[in-house]
Amino acid sequence: MTVEAPERKATDHFPNREEYQSLLNRRSRWARLFQLGCLLALSIAVVALATLLYTIVNDSFGLVAVVNENEPETLVAGLGYDPETTALVDVEYDELVGLLETSVASGVGRRLEREQRFYEDRLVFESEQVWSEVCSSAEPPAGCTAGPRDHATVYALVLERVVVPDVIAAYELVPSLVNPEAFEAEVAAGFEAGRFGEHTADEASIEWRSWFNLTFLRTPQSATPEVAGIRTAILGSAWLILITLLFAVPVGVGAAIYLVEYAKPTRLNDFIQTNINNLAGVPSIIYGMLGLAVLVRVFEPFTSGAIFTDGVPPAENGRTVLSAGLTLGLLALPVVIISAQEALKAVPDSLRQAGLALGATRWQTVRSQILPIALPGMLTGTILAIARAIGETAPLILVGAASFITSDPTGPFSKFTALPIQIFQWTSFPQVEFQKLAAAASIALLLLLLTLNAAAVILRNKYSRRA
Amino acid sequence: MTAGPTSEPDTRGSRLHKRRRPGEQAIRAFLFFCGALSILITIGILYELGTESILFFQDERVGVFEFLTDTFWQPQVGRFGVAPLVLGTLYITVIAMLVAVPIGLLAAIYLSEYASSGVRSFFKPVLEILVGIPTVVFGFFALTFMTPLLRDIFGTSVVGFFNVASAGIVVGILIVPLISSLAEDALRAVPDSLRQAAYALGASKFEVSTRIVVPAALSGIAAGLVIAMSRAVGETMVVTLAAGASPRNFDLSTDPIFGHVLNPFQGAQAMTGYVAITANGDLSYNSVDYNSIFAIGLTLFVITFGLNSVSRRFVKRFRQVYE
Repeated sequence: MTVEAPERKATDHFPNREEYQSLLNRRSRWARLFQLGCLLALSIAVVALATLLYTIVNDSFGLVAVVNENEPETLVAGLGYDPETTALVDVEYDELVGLLETSVASGVGRRLEREQRFYEDRLVFESEQVWSEVCSSAEPPAGCTAGPRDHATVYALVLERVVVPDVIAAYELVPSLVNPEAFEAEVAAGFEAGRFGEHTADEASIEWRSWFNLTFLRTPQSATPEVAGIRTAILGSAWLILITLLFAVPVGVGAAIYLVEYAKPTRLNDFIQTNINNLAGVPSIIYGMLGLAVLVRVFEPFTSGAIFTDGVPPAENGRTVLSAGLTLGLLALPVVIISAQEALKAVPDSLRQAGLALGATRWQTVRSQILPIALPGMLTGTILAIARAIGETAPLILVGAASFITSDPTGPFSKFTALPIQIFQWTSFPQVEFQKLAAAASIALLLLLLTLNAAAVILRNKYSRRA
Repeated sequence: MTAGPTSEPDTRGSRLHKRRRPGEQAIRAFLFFCGALSILITIGILYELGTESILFFQDERVGVFEFLTDTFWQPQVGRFGVAPLVLGTLYITVIAMLVAVPIGLLAAIYLSEYASSGVRSFFKPVLEILVGIPTVVFGFFALTFMTPLLRDIFGTSVVGFFNVASAGIVVGILIVPLISSLAEDALRAVPDSLRQAAYALGASKFEVSTRIVVPAALSGIAAGLVIAMSRAVGETMVVTLAAGASPRNFDLSTDPIFGHVLNPFQGAQAMTGYVAITANGDLSYNSVDYNSIFAIGLTLFVITFGLNSVSRRFVKRFRQVYE
């Protein structure tokens, strides 16, 4: 910083009092500005996070205007219950099936039954004779082998097929709380302008809707946004976590043990280490391509389960939950290795030397001296790495998590969908209802990841208490 | 060891050493296999990207020269120039860096030089949570918050529903924590003696931070910035959702530079976005579309690998200074 100094005598080497003061002021002004700027930058990060969470929550709840084909209260009253005290979801399983039986066209009913039957021991829509014919045909429908439906799925069917709700307008959380009248006015104006097609104003009811609720978590995916849920996606993600863990933990920990405990600094081992660091920087979508080209196509007999059965393979192609889980495992592997290495390197060398000096072999030393100490640290890093992988969407898109799957994954060779895929699909639809679903599914995904992270933190705390 | 009779040399020790231990050998072999698997992964990636790209370039509609020089990506009419997709990726990356570099660096300086432990324990978890949020949620955020915000500010006629600016800003937010944590590590690695020397000469905290610590950590910071850039280039979900699904084809001789080629308020498909959208549709194996995603993937791989190598070089230089 240069300051224009006034003319002064040759003997007067030091600034006078005012000059000194102004220099000092200037210095501290800049310093304060800079510190404020830094704090501002950090606050922007906080604001960004807050805005993101606010957007998700804001979109997951709020007022909606719904038009039902059949009001749930009328249905409940028709079954002889008091609509004041009993909601449609509380009604018995048999009565829900009865509602379907009376209101759904028999063709549709037969199709539903062939997808999955309603009772183990009797048929609702099909006759026994046709059913046994269909089931003994060359390609029996899924309903022949799968178990009966449960209450949640039948309730979803009743909503979808009997109540047929149609959300014609939706509002966000904060405006719904602050100014609910504005929404009513908006809906009324919409009716006047004829924006809602053939619906009339008295058909519509304005009600409060939490898009994120228990039913949402328990019902399977559906093309009708009003009744769609994420059970299928949650189960898909759970399978992915399981397969990713089973693959990445043993292999990653094994590789880390090799590199830290066994590897001498040869050129090959250096190359392996550099290579792992490189792999950690490869974009996730490229792992997706690897999964598509190798796991889905080259290893199709394995990933579709064809080599495990003599006749019909469990899946028609390699786009299964197994392929996707292994892809995520490959993606997580470098990070798992690196964090496991950190944990192993933190074990003091004296323990290794003590073990070896007592005559233990290298593996005995590793197994009984080093692993018990390093394991909690390794698991913490591993869980964090896998939590990152579970949130990935791009590799799943490439490996081909199908977007529209309504049946739960039943094994490693199932077709599946997963939470990030579901969010992606719903976000890319233009209708406002799907935006709400995407927001609600985001909450579910964040909660799932939070659980995984919490598990990691608990492990870490337990570990540091022992140390 | 006690000294035994010296008539014959004691070879028990060396025999023990040489004894075959099949169990140990098997475990060692398994552990080595785990380590070597990473090489197999790399070979797999290179092999698949390479062979499928070769298939792509063998198609009579595609030429390597056109791929590198043509400025139109229109597979329907057989024009395969990668430039529009690279433009989309680079443009989004530049916007993201413009957003993330100042915020990330200043945040890192604050955390490393100014913050008390109480302030740190508030801000660090916030940044860690930001890192942990899946990118698809950021994509949702871009589409439902950032895009409407930009359209409110600049007008819906100026800002398209899909636009580069929204994608770039959100990718920027996404990489802020990465930059700040890497830069903070670099700043903290600067030896305290440098700071103390500067304080002893009468420097203020501001002067120590900006003239001593930051320059000393510069190569570490640069490494972090390059890593973050590589991350932005490879980011998929935000750009797929917010930047649209049509490549920004351009003709430099007729199209206005800022009206079209570099217009931040119009959509431009990025490389990763193209791969995701193409793979999400019905994709039949061995079609030119299928092969094209691998050619794009190879381009992406080369760019990110180059950036990561540059970053490693910076880190090496940084280490040489202080170790």
